[in-house]
Amino acid sequence: MTETRVHFYQVGSFAVGNRLLSDADRTVQASRERTNSLDAGHRACQGCGEALGARYALDAAMRATGGRLVAVNATGCLEVFSTPFPETSWRIAWLHSLFGNAPAVATGVAAAMRAKGRDDVRVVGQAGDGGTVDIGFGALSGMFERHDDVLFICYDNEGYMNTGVQRSAATPPTARTATSEAVGADPGNVFGQGKDLPRIAMAHDIPYVATATVADLHDLERKVERAMTFRGARYLHVLVPCPLGWGAASADTVRLARLAAESGFFPVFEAEHGVVTGVRRIRRRVGVEEYLRPQRRFAHLFAGEGRPDLVARLQLIADANVERYGLAPEEE
Amino acid sequence: MDRPFAITLPVGSSRANHTGSWRVERPVYVDHLPPCNDACPAGENIQRWLYHAESGDYEAAWRILVEENPLPAIMGRVCFHPCESACNRVRVDEAVGINAVERFLGDTALARGWRLPDPGPDSGRRVLVVGAGPAGLSATYHLRRAGHAVTLVEGAARLGGMMRYGIPAYRLPRAVLDAEVERILEMGVEVVLGRSVKDIAAARDEFRADAVFLAVGAQLGRRVSIPAGDSAKMIDAVTFLHQVAEDDPPLLGRHVVVYGGGDTALDAARTARRLGATDATIVYRRNRAKMPAHAEEVEQALGEGVTVRWLSTIERFEGERLLIEKMALNAEGFPEPTGELEELDADALVLALGQDTDLSLLEGSEVHVADGVVPVAESMMTDVPGVFAGGDVAPSDRTATVAVGHGKRAAKGIDAFLGDRSFERPERHPLAAFERLNTWYYADAPRTQRPELERIRRQTNFEEVVGGLTEDNALFEARRCLSCGNCFECDNCFGVCPDNAVIKLGGGDRYEIDYDYCKGCGICVAECPCGAIEMVPERI
Repeated sequence: MTETRVHFYQVGSFAVGNRLLSDADRTVQASRERTNSLDAGHRACQGCGEALGARYALDAAMRATGGRLVAVNATGCLEVFSTPFPETSWRIAWLHSLFGNAPAVATGVAAAMRAKGRDDVRVVGQAGDGGTVDIGFGALSGMFERHDDVLFICYDNEGYMNTGVQRSAATPPTARTATSEAVGADPGNVFGQGKDLPRIAMAHDIPYVATATVADLHDLERKVERAMTFRGARYLHVLVPCPLGWGAASADTVRLARLAAESGFFPVFEAEHGVVTGVRRIRRRVGVEEYLRPQRRFAHLFAGEGRPDLVARLQLIADANVERYGLAPEEE
Repeated sequence: MDRPFAITLPVGSSRANHTGSWRVERPVYVDHLPPCNDACPAGENIQRWLYHAESGDYEAAWRILVEENPLPAIMGRVCFHPCESACNRVRVDEAVGINAVERFLGDTALARGWRLPDPGPDSGRRVLVVGAGPAGLSATYHLRRAGHAVTLVEGAARLGGMMRYGIPAYRLPRAVLDAEVERILEMGVEVVLGRSVKDIAAARDEFRADAVFLAVGAQLGRRVSIPAGDSAKMIDAVTFLHQVAEDDPPLLGRHVVVYGGGDTALDAARTARRLGATDATIVYRRNRAKMPAHAEEVEQALGEGVTVRWLSTIERFEGERLLIEKMALNAEGFPEPTGELEELDADALVLALGQDTDLSLLEGSEVHVADGVVPVAESMMTDVPGVFAGGDVAPSDRTATVAVGHGKRAAKGIDAFLGDRSFERPERHPLAAFERLNTWYYADAPRTQRPELERIRRQTNFEEVVGGLTEDNALFEARRCLSCGNCFECDNCFGVCPDNAVIKLGGGDRYEIDYDYCKGCGICVAECPCGAIEMVPERI
């Protein structure tokens, strides 16, 4: 140990920045020169995970493309809270059309850039989980299939939060939403439905698919940068906790994203050409209960005598993820 | 109207929308007191000097260290580091090796010849410091920094007090002691050696001192009466260690028994081993858990072949045999005799049953003495104006570090007295408790172990037992600091704010909250690793 160089920097690479690291080794977010793609004054709720995730991803994309970037946005929270006309929070080239057509519009922007010979300008499509896994799904699958040169980013908060917290195909089982009330023998959202979009994207054999959370900035930024090294259709799925829809404290946004990953309930991995190439292994494993308890949408699992049977089924989902992707912590 | 096609309103920035008005609580940056600083008897700003050591700026770290304590190389060896016991990292993996880093900084300073800060502008006042142990030397340093002239009077032939005549050389090499003492003298100190002060008032007049600091230590070994034969060789540990320090060790024979359970008992037993005793046995009336000696010292002594008879008292010492009686703990945890006797081979018995302080110089003075010590106010002043006392003379835990702290506080008290000001201790920040930390962000890293001399070598000589850290190890160890309660500029708040409402000032100036846009979500507080931000209610 005495012979090796010191590669230990107090907070290592867990914190956003680190005064002990060289500038090149710090995150985009640690820099005062970051784009702030999504500017202050937006009307997102206190502690919005999506606002945070969008700035993280787009600032990284701006650095990776040298600022030559066009973002196409589907309808959803992110669009509504950022652009009440005539104000905008976007400090990048940004376009909104409809809820369901963002991937198609992004395809169009990419085609236009190609026609103009502007290969240097890159295109990002972005939507919430509703715009991605439900309403925009046909257009997205077409964009994948045609191999259009777009990075599509889904900010997944597991429901239609903007319209009053309705269930989407990304809502987890047992979660209470306005359309999956916590009543009856099987309260909340049902088991066995919904879509695993990262795996569907992988099935299209596109060059790059990855998942990330707002709790691991280094991982998220690296994946955006990696995505930008490929041409063709790419997909990034970012878990962004929603204090409103999840019934969580606004201060807990990052913590919940961390617990989702550390419990295995949300697997963080990346895949190239349909094959998993890397996983973010769990560092301090927790049971799903620790992740579920702080969220009011799961309160019925713990009220009174609770529903340990349902918690156990959710734990099985987490365990299956750990098994499938090999997320178990490294042995000492 | 030079707007683009179909645009009828100019586009404005959302910055026009001051979302700060949503807020009911606001985050504010705070500085809380790290538990290490809180626990340090010398009042060191440990977290702050570690901060500089983390970036490899050892000189800046050392300069902050010596603001409070001029003896880091000594402290890095002999301090029992209550800072490490208090360290929050204990609850993550192991405490930060603060003491080892302190020693590294102290040694580096000696190797590179860094000088202590210059004395302050001459105040025209003189202070008499009686006793040149850790308390006296520390007071001398701080008095010189305040610009007061110092006359340092020491009864022994050399400076250092118990650091020279009590602590064995294998724990504190004399070259280190000499160098750090010399560095204080370089600030300009009048030294009188080999002179015992007999009358405090007379000495004050003789040296024309405006104030006196009394720090003569506790030099008298306590004796108990043990029935003993004529040929029984008995010596108290203080005298024994003093003679060894003066290179004139008494002949104790092959079987040495030490009576007592404090650090001095261990020092005596370990020293006896080094002088050739084939067995050094400590007899102590209680069990190991109740032993006042520090666990680390006990561990090292046992490692060197010192044996301990727990729960035993000495009945009688005759010739070459010692009779001990076994004890048993009663329901209250106090030892009670069992009547069961046992014999031990013993050529000599060393008594290490505590020390008393020789306060005969106060006879006839107005200075009040109670229970063998001098009661003092918070400023370390006795009930005689201008006479201060500290170190083992004052009621305390009697460690070198406490003495250094006393010396500093007395210097401040004397400075206030000479300036006709009232003494006030600086306000303390609230404690940075473990619960305030978000330990997720700290990298996992166990503590670097200081190399220990192989056991066999330390049974025969007085070479230093505990080695120092290499630079890499010291840097690693410093970087294990969690910086409890004080911002270390990790950029987390700057990064995790969904509203870009944290302004990074950079370059050591930390951050500011932009209250025009901060919605008061509290993520910055939740994700601050070191608990340096807190939410306070908004005044509405």
